[in-house]
Amino acid sequence: MALLEVENLEIAVSTQRNLLPVVQGVSFTVDENETLGIVGESGCGKSLTSLAIMGLLGTSPVRITGGSIHFDGMNLLALSERERRAIMGNRMAMIFQEPMTSLNPVYRIGDQIVENLRQHQNLSHAAARDRSVELLSLVRIPDPSERIDSFPHQMSGGQRQRVMIAMALSCDPKLLIADEPTTALDVTVQKEVLDLMADLQSRMGTAIVLISHDLGVIAETCDKVAVMYRGKIAEAASTADLFAELLHPYTRGLLNSIPVVDRDVEWLEAIPGRVPTLEETLTGCAFQPRCELATELCACEAPQTTQFKPGHSVQCHFAGQDRS
Amino acid sequence: MTDPLLRLVDLKTHFQTKGVGLFGEKKVLKAVDGVSFDIAQGEVLGLVGESGCGKSTVGRTLTHLEKTTSGQAFFEGREFLSMTPHKFRPLRREIQMIFQDPFASLNPRLKIEQTLGEPLFIHGLCKTWNEARSKIAATLERVGMDPKIMSRHPHEFSGGQRQRIGIARVMILQPKLVIADEAVSALDVSIQAQFLNLIKKLQRDSGMSMLFISHDLGVVRHISDRVAVMLAGKIVEIGDKHQIFEAPQHEYTRKLLNSIPRIAIGKEA
Repeated sequence: MALLEVENLEIAVSTQRNLLPVVQGVSFTVDENETLGIVGESGCGKSLTSLAIMGLLGTSPVRITGGSIHFDGMNLLALSERERRAIMGNRMAMIFQEPMTSLNPVYRIGDQIVENLRQHQNLSHAAARDRSVELLSLVRIPDPSERIDSFPHQMSGGQRQRVMIAMALSCDPKLLIADEPTTALDVTVQKEVLDLMADLQSRMGTAIVLISHDLGVIAETCDKVAVMYRGKIAEAASTADLFAELLHPYTRGLLNSIPVVDRDVEWLEAIPGRVPTLEETLTGCAFQPRCELATELCACEAPQTTQFKPGHSVQCHFAGQDRS
Repeated sequence: MTDPLLRLVDLKTHFQTKGVGLFGEKKVLKAVDGVSFDIAQGEVLGLVGESGCGKSTVGRTLTHLEKTTSGQAFFEGREFLSMTPHKFRPLRREIQMIFQDPFASLNPRLKIEQTLGEPLFIHGLCKTWNEARSKIAATLERVGMDPKIMSRHPHEFSGGQRQRIGIARVMILQPKLVIADEAVSALDVSIQAQFLNLIKKLQRDSGMSMLFISHDLGVVRHISDRVAVMLAGKIVEIGDKHQIFEAPQHEYTRKLLNSIPRIAIGKEA
């Protein structure tokens, strides 16, 4: 049994009039020491999926309407608030996108790490502080015993993101969810942070779910990938299999849209149109209005998830076919 | 030899910061610290660097949004940084800027036709609204928008559409130099690709020059003829884009290029 098992997850937003589905039938598993990348454009449901796993949808109008999430054999959707709190930040932890806003600006960073440690572990204040210094040196903050008394505003963006990682790792979580952890960072700093996460994973065996809009980041850091489009997983495979043969026209379009640094492309093969809004109800395949392969079949019947090859699944009637 | 369209000579933009140094001296932030380059007619110069390197300040200084400390900038041979706002006004039509945030750069209270029409009247390019509307319609079509949208408000559009409206506002004045500051950074990749193709096409068709400021090296390679790499207020390397990307000379350029995550496509992956 995998460490994290998400099955047929359904999330919907309730509006005044009706329920709009935002995540539909999403399933995946993550094992120990494994990194799953979830990639997609804004509004595809990747962040909502991660918030659902962490139980952070709370009382917002967005709620889970179906499916199950199991962590280490436990049904996360059936936990009481108290049980949930005991797990989150402890055995499961999350890193958010914006290191600027996810640390409390009026507390010293050391106090924020100590708070999390003492919440979950039976440590004295002094022991928790010693552990915090250790954690800061683990994420390569220079002079950790001095910097522990810094306020967030005294640190750079990259350092703040490292503090977030230190805090997330403070209780040796088995699962780490990183939602766009490097999007706000410069490329050179991004590389340092990604290298750091990979290094910590190899030492501690943490399972990681990495959410990103950047296919490059996903390709370099993940063992397997799920490509999401408008609330569904369009294509999923191991990273090597996925980039060896892109089956879904959306995945191909996404890749062709990226200007690369290593060669010249005169015109980018952009995907026409835009992601449909939630209010637009679609019959058939959600990608069909933008797809060059679309036929009448695509317009009336939504494709089911099929195993194209072992370990490589895709939701498309014409998976793997070219436009020719 | 003819003058380049734009020439910067040892441009410096320093800011007085609030802090005071150890001996009571005022602290100075040298955002731009001696930048020189030329942009020829019809050429696109990409300006790359990481946050805080001063690349945006270069663009803001050139549009009089920041005051220069020293140095000169020539547009068609005329120095313009020292001009009074009144004298600079005619040049504002020739030097236009595209901003990063499509949600903050359009006035939410104005209809699209008001946003696009206003500069036409300010610069005296139109006298009547009928004249203006036909120009607005033609420009909206050029950027791939339905002319009918001119009677709507910005909140009715997505980020990508707003960015198209933003570029329509720039193109309607037929500028000679466009400064694009992170113009595609806020867009999703599939929309970004459409937009990069559009900018490239508009630039080729109109023959305008461009200073394309971005942190994204892939985007800069795609759109530029020449590239300048900036670090801590200075340009560390400038040259033809093939030279910069294929045979970088400066250590920092190499570090930047090595930091970019790559995708290995195909069977060998």
